[in-house]
Amino acid sequence: MAPSKPRSKSRNPLLIPGIGKFSRSKMYHKRGIWAIKAKHGGTFPRHDPKPAAPEPASKKPPKFYPADDVKTPVPNRRKPKPAKLRASITPGTVLILLAGRFMGKRVVFLKQLPSGLLLITGPFTVNGVPLRRVNQAYVIATSTKVDISGVNVDKFDDKYFAKDKKKAYKKSESSFFETEKQEKKLPQQKKDDQKAVDTPLIKAIEAVEYLRGYLGTKFTLRSGTKPHELQF
Amino acid sequence: MPNCPTCSRASSRSTSSAEMVKGREGERVRLYVCGRILGYKRSKSNQYENTSLVQIEGVNTKEEVDWYLGKRMAYIYKAATKKNGTPYRCIWGKVCRPHGNSGVVRAKFKTNLPPKSMGSRVRVFMYPSNI
Repeated sequence: MAPSKPRSKSRNPLLIPGIGKFSRSKMYHKRGIWAIKAKHGGTFPRHDPKPAAPEPASKKPPKFYPADDVKTPVPNRRKPKPAKLRASITPGTVLILLAGRFMGKRVVFLKQLPSGLLLITGPFTVNGVPLRRVNQAYVIATSTKVDISGVNVDKFDDKYFAKDKKKAYKKSESSFFETEKQEKKLPQQKKDDQKAVDTPLIKAIEAVEYLRGYLGTKFTLRSGTKPHELQF
Repeated sequence: MPNCPTCSRASSRSTSSAEMVKGREGERVRLYVCGRILGYKRSKSNQYENTSLVQIEGVNTKEEVDWYLGKRMAYIYKAATKKNGTPYRCIWGKVCRPHGNSGVVRAKFKTNLPPKSMGSRVRVFMYPSNI
């Protein structure tokens, strides 16, 4: 008989963990062992056991047995998906930042990173916002769109924005003071990346009347404006 | 980055307008709606302090409240001792559901609002945004 897939569900429903509904003799009948035996001339078909792998010679009995039986945790098979992008946010959309250092600034959306965060840029020369990641929830998408067909954002991912790990310093007094005075300088590579992204963007922005000024201005609520009535 | 009152989220989400103005020389932006704290959820002789009632400016009907559901709000107050370099402190909360037909809103805060907050301002932010 061809090897078949093992049954997904047991034929013996559990009444209580450890107690099945059917007795051993009933189960023998249900599993059809009698039929298999009859098919193979009175004995259940078996094959010779595989030669056991030689026990590693250095195996010693463990020194330590845990006091209680510890349950092994069920492996976590969950793979978090990146947050679903709102339909109003498409590459090139102008977004309004609602919180953080650049709150109120109008900014251009480039793409969604694998973590779910949005990659945005000011552009830097227009409003001082560099290439940055932002969470969708802290952003309002406007209906204004910028043409970003000339921009290449393939090289940016979450690793690009990871913080540099501080070098582990020896715990001596002199080196402790040294690290405190380390200046944080923006690497030239990041400056070049910013320029590379912004130059085609600015060309597209200049092509539209008032867009540069629009991106340079901040969004603010004024007396009497009700956000629930605003059309973005 | 100016020192901001302790909040449940990252400190970059500042909550004190005075601190913000000091640190930022540019224009001030208001990205929140003002609300008034009316009191606690209550019946005639029982009050439930875990839920506060808030009147958001400009919101006058139950349908208008839909936009604000889930939006975070902050009750900002001053205290005598400085914490994190600032006398401002805040209690974060969020809009839970409408209360009645006229635009009043029920809000739950991280810790219950103190009774002295009744009648005072609350900032209703525009995030988490869904636009």
